[in-house]
Amino acid sequence: MTILAYLIPISLFLGGVGLVFFVYTVKSNQYDDPEGDARRILSDEYDDHPKP
Amino acid sequence: MTANMRPTPSACPACVAAPAAEQLAKMQPHDPAQIALSLPTIHCSACITKIEKALDAHPQVKSARVNLTLKRASIEAEPEVTAQDMKELVEGLGFEAHELDAGTLNATANDRAGRELLMRLAVAGFASMNVMLLSVSVWSGAADATRDMFHWISAAIALPTIAFSGQPFFRNAWAALSNKQLNMDVPITLAILLAIVTSLWETSLSGEHAYFDAALALTFFLLAGRYLDHRTRAIARSAAEELTALEVPRATRLTDTGDEETVNVAQLALGDLILVRPGGRMPVDGEIAQGTSEIDRSLLTGETLPVFASEGQSVSAGEVNLTGPLTIRATAVGSDTSLHQMADLVAIAESGRSRYTSLADKAAKLYAPGVHILSALAFVGWYLYTFDLRTALNVAAAVLIITCPCALGLAVPAVTTAASGRLFRKGMLIKHETALERLAQVDTVVFDKTGTLTAGTPELTNFDQLPRGDVELALALAQGSSHPLAQAITRAAREAGIAPAQVTDVTEVPGYGTKAQLNGQEVRLGRASWTGAQGRAETATFLQKGDTAPVAFVFADRLRDGAAEAVQALKEAGKTVYLMSGDTTPAVEALANRLGITRWLAEALPADKSSRIQALTDEGAKVLMVGDGLNDTAALAAAHVSISPATALDAARVASDIVLLGGDLSPIASACATARSATRRIRENFRIATVYNVIAVPLAVAGLCSPLIAALAMSASSITVSLNALRLR
Repeated sequence: MTILAYLIPISLFLGGVGLVFFVYTVKSNQYDDPEGDARRILSDEYDDHPKP
Repeated sequence: MTANMRPTPSACPACVAAPAAEQLAKMQPHDPAQIALSLPTIHCSACITKIEKALDAHPQVKSARVNLTLKRASIEAEPEVTAQDMKELVEGLGFEAHELDAGTLNATANDRAGRELLMRLAVAGFASMNVMLLSVSVWSGAADATRDMFHWISAAIALPTIAFSGQPFFRNAWAALSNKQLNMDVPITLAILLAIVTSLWETSLSGEHAYFDAALALTFFLLAGRYLDHRTRAIARSAAEELTALEVPRATRLTDTGDEETVNVAQLALGDLILVRPGGRMPVDGEIAQGTSEIDRSLLTGETLPVFASEGQSVSAGEVNLTGPLTIRATAVGSDTSLHQMADLVAIAESGRSRYTSLADKAAKLYAPGVHILSALAFVGWYLYTFDLRTALNVAAAVLIITCPCALGLAVPAVTTAASGRLFRKGMLIKHETALERLAQVDTVVFDKTGTLTAGTPELTNFDQLPRGDVELALALAQGSSHPLAQAITRAAREAGIAPAQVTDVTEVPGYGTKAQLNGQEVRLGRASWTGAQGRAETATFLQKGDTAPVAFVFADRLRDGAAEAVQALKEAGKTVYLMSGDTTPAVEALANRLGITRWLAEALPADKSSRIQALTDEGAKVLMVGDGLNDTAALAAAHVSISPATALDAARVASDIVLLGGDLSPIASACATARSATRRIRENFRIATVYNVIAVPLAVAGLCSPLIAALAMSASSITVSLNALRLR
């Protein structure tokens, strides 16, 4: 059962990483223009400033 | 689950009708210019790249970004760049562009409430998944120390999560309780808190059952419902704001030295001289100080015939100047203008409408006390039976969790989101949260005429009876004018392939018409009195050649696209259709006959319209009002539910529940059908949620409900309800 001592913290940590990334995407306005972002990927211009 | 505690958008129509003065005052002149353009025709990645490239290439533009979802471009540029330059640049690329008022947009650019909800939803989702994982191990047989450890870890995750994610419910519940009222959030809060407290107690005594997963799943599902609800309304609100922002509140003021300066309407003061060019709208109430013209009052009164205006005459904010430039002296500004007073009328009428109780609130009224009584009875019963506080409290908590309105919380938002999305694609914007439910009950439809059933642009009706020579002459006189009647003649003549006659010295006499010389004879096209003709009941303009009798050009308002279909479909659906207009009797009668409307009312004042609607309501009819003018606003607000086209005046759009985005009226009939099926789904959802309760509650009261059963019942009912909402046609 000692394996639990590793697995539980690892699962919590991985979930936490996902949560932190989600918070980051919300904070950096990445859900403002879902339609435009889906189309921009088709453009051949390299867009090195994702957001003004 | 539309708790009555949340603030409604646009609580004050007057504030929306004109952007707040303080907001305008904040705009500093030397900040870099923030320009927003509406780009209704963009649709692909090529459009984005093309526009962004062109804008970025402009030397004074710092950055430009196109948002395809909102069909909008935001530009940051040097202060001297004007929105007009940017508009022309984009139009040069072949895209339609309109300037948006940055002040109106900025006020709500960041949807803070929505983000906050999304964040709470994400945290609750994360926590409930982790705790559910631990709970599954407990259900599948973890015992003793392992079970206790799992419970403690769950508690460690659940407590901070509930403290963060549960806040919207706690706040609403507290607000309701401090007003001595009950809403849906009270049982929710009680269930969450009681579940946490009993679970902690159980865990500290190494008990078998803990409800941490249930408390978290509950929070997660309910937040999902809240977020859907918020999202639907945020989309409607931002589209409505864009319509408002399209009317940039600017006016041309004449300074003491006679120079022109462009100022915000909010900065105008009493006694200011304001120049209104042809085609412009009066920004304030005033008196004409200089100039002669004709003004279009259709948005205020519903009259289609332009009114003659000369020095000394008073004008009201919202009227449109047609032919000559006018200088007006402001006699009322800001909230004193007639436009604003009309908006106040709306506010009064609107307070009457808020009496409508939504289905969700009705359910909450029935539900909340029932749940509390049931759980209290279970607690007392078990306590008297066993004299064990712990068992009694556990049963009470189980009852509250099982009955917690999780599915109810999703029942309404899931359906309204699906229905609003469907109607939005058809070009209808649902602004009010209970608009769909009210639309479903409609049995009487009242249409306004000018600007609603008709497009507000005149159409030449006696073209076939006119001698060709007269049309050629009229075209020669009319083609240079921006007057709507002149433009109608030009349009009709061009379509028939007629070339203008050769005339010289064409001059427009503002307020009267156009005159010219033909073979040494004066020819005139214009008002009856100016051309020596008898006035007619219909809208008409007259052509006079020398001394011969004037020839009448008769006009009728062009029907709006889909008007005939909409009236037809509504009548077929068994609804009573009325036509009420401020226009003259012959004009209204002609249109009523054309559309087959038997009940009509002409020359109606704004108060007549609203009192007529009130009378219909008193007879038990549920009235849908469709109108666009300022004279309709009181009627729009008095009706059970109201629709206005996007071309309507701001105050009318604010007063209505639904805005038609396209020019087409035909979606109205199908919207009624969609609303009815949406309401049916909502009721079905309530029934599904009740069935789950009927099965699970006896188990909970009998003390047989384990956390596993609670989790299954909750998830199953929430998922069924959401799937049922997706069936909406």
